[in-house]
Amino acid sequence: MMAKVRNKAGQGRGLFGYAIFYLAFLYVPVLFLPIFSFNDSAFIAFPLVGFTTKWYTEMFADTGMQIALWNSLKVGMFTALISTTLGLLAAKALTRYQVPGSAAVLGFTSLPLFVPDIVLGISLLILLNSVHIPLSLWTVVVGHVLICMPFAMAVLISRMEGFDKSLEEASLDLGEDGWMTFWRVTFPLALPGVIASLLLTFIVSFDEFLIAYFLAGTDATLPIYIWGQLRFPYKLPGVLALGALILVASCVLVIFAEWVRSLGTDPNKAPTVGA
Amino acid sequence: MAPANLSTRIPTAARFGARVEAFFRRSDAARGYLLLSPAILIMLAALAAPLLLLVLYSFWSQDGYLVNTQLTLDQYSTALGREAYRTLFYRSLSISGMVTIVTVLLSYPMAYFIAFQVQRNKFVWLILVTIPFWTSYLLRVFAWKIILGYNGVINSGLMSLGILKQPLEFLLYNPTSVVVTLAHAWAAFAILPIYVSLEKIDRSLLEAASDLGDGPIRRFFRITLPLSLPGVIGAAVLIFVPTTGDYVTPALVGGTDGVMIANVIQVQFTKIGNWPLGAALALASMAAVGIFALLIVQAMRLAISRVK
Repeated sequence: MMAKVRNKAGQGRGLFGYAIFYLAFLYVPVLFLPIFSFNDSAFIAFPLVGFTTKWYTEMFADTGMQIALWNSLKVGMFTALISTTLGLLAAKALTRYQVPGSAAVLGFTSLPLFVPDIVLGISLLILLNSVHIPLSLWTVVVGHVLICMPFAMAVLISRMEGFDKSLEEASLDLGEDGWMTFWRVTFPLALPGVIASLLLTFIVSFDEFLIAYFLAGTDATLPIYIWGQLRFPYKLPGVLALGALILVASCVLVIFAEWVRSLGTDPNKAPTVGA
Repeated sequence: MAPANLSTRIPTAARFGARVEAFFRRSDAARGYLLLSPAILIMLAALAAPLLLLVLYSFWSQDGYLVNTQLTLDQYSTALGREAYRTLFYRSLSISGMVTIVTVLLSYPMAYFIAFQVQRNKFVWLILVTIPFWTSYLLRVFAWKIILGYNGVINSGLMSLGILKQPLEFLLYNPTSVVVTLAHAWAAFAILPIYVSLEKIDRSLLEAASDLGDGPIRRFFRITLPLSLPGVIGAAVLIFVPTTGDYVTPALVGGTDGVMIANVIQVQFTKIGNWPLGAALALASMAAVGIFALLIVQAMRLAISRVK
């Protein structure tokens, strides 16, 4: 104990300084998007000229953007619903039943984390092409469910492990059947995890570019639309405005999701991103 | 004969049905797999089947607009034999190797800080480092293009401050800009596995080391670092494998010198339209990455057992 205290006084300050530097490295580069989105100049360069919101109004008026936004919202909602439903069933199976080979199943569903997105995109493209399924927003949903499964599973498994199983057993002992127990006990207790999973998978899908690029066909999602705009220098301020709004929306949703997820759990437990 | 047969068969069928029902009610495994089946089915259909088809494609060849399904090793001999592709394989591996090293080195002290020095509100710190991870990858990469560009933030900033007369040209469109951008984009992936393994370390081991006379530095290298290596390995694999196949970053900030293998694969599937060659390039790069990752893991395991 003594050693720990001494040690803390010694290196604590140095590491705190490093931590601040690290957070700056994470956040400052991204802050330039909102800063320049309000700059009254078509060139993204210092010095700042003046304040304007015209890039925002210009961008909102773009019908291509509106269509792409609506497409991304639809894809994101379906992806979130499907991957969270599948993840919830799987999480119940893995946390409540003795399933032989559960480690293998978990490994299999985490595999998309270890396969480059471009490989996931092209191999799905090949499959869809050889069974003659035309590319559409639905094929994007399939690709997005694939990459969202690891996240939905991680969030939901940690939530299902986190609450008392005896509550479910009590419900079964008191004569409720499996379904009623699920809806009246398991689901309400898992609800914070379900909401967090819905939000996080929605964000992953909403922001995903490369898989959508291969699978969307002629429909554009918002990241595909942005990618198209990057070729035209005069469109960049509008892209910055759109990007700033997307970043703010994502941050708000993530913070909300993590807050919901933390309800009723150990506040010092790590978020399970990517692990 | 017939009636007797029938009468024995009906009870057996009924008993069989009852047994199946009992099996599902009692057997954890069966009920578990019933719940897992939708997830497993979609993973088989959307991941396993496409990957198998990708393998098959890599042994076919492109004949104008059609695919010739005669099995051949031509795509692999092109993918591995042509100098241009070999250069790209080599560059992709070395860029993501650099990214892995830089990201792990940058993130380790941060993970250490959260695990050992933050007493209250650990959760807030962890959220702070994970938020960027959930936000748009495309936009985070794009931010670096704005920062490093010829008329970008750094150049225009330094010029308006009077420090520079001419914009620096070496900031964007080279392998270094790809490494910097990727190290920034993948930071959260490194912090969390390292943090988890540091958090798991039994604190009494550290006290024991101090009691036995180890100074903080010696204690770090003898206890903390070896015990956290599993997290470091996890982080290294989680960064190295996907970044080798990254498309967006080299396309936006890489220029011609920073082109990576994914950019060439993408071209095969779009402009050039040679899917079999694209498949072979993708699989060859995945194999190279896999072998390389295994070597890293083995080397680190060896290091751990040495230290122990």
